[in-house]
Amino acid sequence: MAVLSKVLVFVTGDAQADRVVPPTGFTARLTGLAAGSMAFLAVFALALSLASGRLADRWSDALAQSSTIRISATEDQMDAQVLAVLEVLATTPGVLEARPLSDDEQNTLLEPWFGPDLPLDDLPIPRLIEVIEDAGGFDATGLRNRLAGEAPGAVLDDHTKWREPLVAAAGRLRSLGYLAMLVITATTAIIITLAANAALAANAQVIRVLRLVGARDAYIARAFVRRYTLRTLTGAAAGTALGLGAVALLPGGDPAGGFLTGLGFQGAHWLWPLLIPLLAALVAFAATRMTALATLKERS
Amino acid sequence: MIELEEVTYGYGAGTLLSGISLKLAPGSFHFLTGPSGSGKTTLLKLCYGDLVAGQGRVALFGQDVRNMDRDDVALARRRVGVVHQDCQFLDHLSVAENVTLPVIVAGRAASGVESDLDDLLGWVGLSTQKEALPPELSGGERQRAALARAVIMSPDVILADEPTGNVDWEMSLRLLTLLVELNRMGKTVMIATHDMNLIRQAKAQVAVRVLRISNQRLQLAGADL
Ligand SMILES: Nc1ncnc2c1ncn2[C@@H]1O[C@H](COP(=O)(O)OP(=O)(O)O)[C@@H](O)[C@H]1O
Ligand SMILES: [Mg+2]
Repeated sequence: MAVLSKVLVFVTGDAQADRVVPPTGFTARLTGLAAGSMAFLAVFALALSLASGRLADRWSDALAQSSTIRISATEDQMDAQVLAVLEVLATTPGVLEARPLSDDEQNTLLEPWFGPDLPLDDLPIPRLIEVIEDAGGFDATGLRNRLAGEAPGAVLDDHTKWREPLVAAAGRLRSLGYLAMLVITATTAIIITLAANAALAANAQVIRVLRLVGARDAYIARAFVRRYTLRTLTGAAAGTALGLGAVALLPGGDPAGGFLTGLGFQGAHWLWPLLIPLLAALVAFAATRMTALATLKERS
Repeated sequence: MIELEEVTYGYGAGTLLSGISLKLAPGSFHFLTGPSGSGKTTLLKLCYGDLVAGQGRVALFGQDVRNMDRDDVALARRRVGVVHQDCQFLDHLSVAENVTLPVIVAGRAASGVESDLDDLLGWVGLSTQKEALPPELSGGERQRAALARAVIMSPDVILADEPTGNVDWEMSLRLLTLLVELNRMGKTVMIATHDMNLIRQAKAQVAVRVLRISNQRLQLAGADL
């Protein structure tokens, strides 16, 4: 943050230094435009990373910690089977907690499918036992074997079978999003370095005059660096605003919803994109400064 | 102030100047003459660290140029006002801003020299062109602006390369008077010129030394002027 405040002071102060470099309309607009486009893309890469990260976290949380045992039995057998299962679980290493879901909880689960007034008692509905595992986890195959012996109506559903590849995919999508942001950052640095190089070459005469009247390299460099940092900051801010607008216009989904409808920012995550213009300005600052000082050293 | 000892310089292969020794003592007034292409401009550039001698030693304010980094040279330039042969302005800034440029790049407030600026521009006859851009000026006006810029920081040394090349005789005298006045205030002055009338006029006002470059060497010109 110390660097950031330094950058801000530099951006707001010493406007005079800026004036000594002639305004170059066309390159200026192009640099701003390029920074804006990159920021726009960065917003989407960030949204993608955050959304797939959320998805991966949610799925793997649910998946890692809980599984369910479903017991189907006739009504007179049911309680005995539940007890038998609980007993098995009590002696299974790796099980932290086992708890039969209450009728209310089961109702809530079924409600989306059957409506609110489900007469649970009158229907032969399987009972569900929620199993929370500890950090080590339990041996699913061993548990299945024991259940088959003790409570033939019990089926262990450990979710992993179908969700594991999804978690992996979400995780990979998140990495891709981060990679895209890295590529965008690098591209921004390259574009700005090229633009600054062109500006320095075009202003060789300006540099000669400034040297003649006693300007130091740092002063000359600052004039260019300030110009390009401000330009990038403005362009990237506009690009970020447009990107955020576009993301906000994406159809909002149900909170638990699928991936596509969840591709926005949620809560505090809306603050992350605000860092994009600052990061862009920081990149422009570093890139132009290095270019300018190297060029000035070369041309002494 | 500025000292050259047995300096040799050449662009590329040939030698242009050789065995040049020169000492610009504080408060001295020098003229530098010689045929066109003899190396007057080159010698001035050696004097403000724009060129580095091939052989020999150049010292600016007691410091050997070879041991100075770019920041040192920049700081030394602030003590040397230079009127460059082709003036050298920032074409997108007004005359007033160009003249105050040395003050600005030194990190000082331009407001501190505002009255000096008006006086100077008045003296060199550019009051009405204060807000003009350099490309709008005539050759002579550019030279006058360059002289104003060279002296705005009240530098210890003033090096002027043909400052009266494009101006009429009356204006030449005005510019000379400005330089003589600055010299009387203790500034060291060296003017490269082949205007013998100007040298004669100066001789009538201050003690001057006239140097001539001939055959790569620097000579003290005789009393033949
Ligand atoms: N940058 C340069 N590169 C090569 N040759 C140069 C350069 N500057 C000047 N010269 C040559 O050096 C000689 C002296 O130039 P200069 O010092 O400008 O002479 P003067 O100012 O006395 O007319 C000329 O022949 C000129 O062509
Ligand atoms: Mg010359």
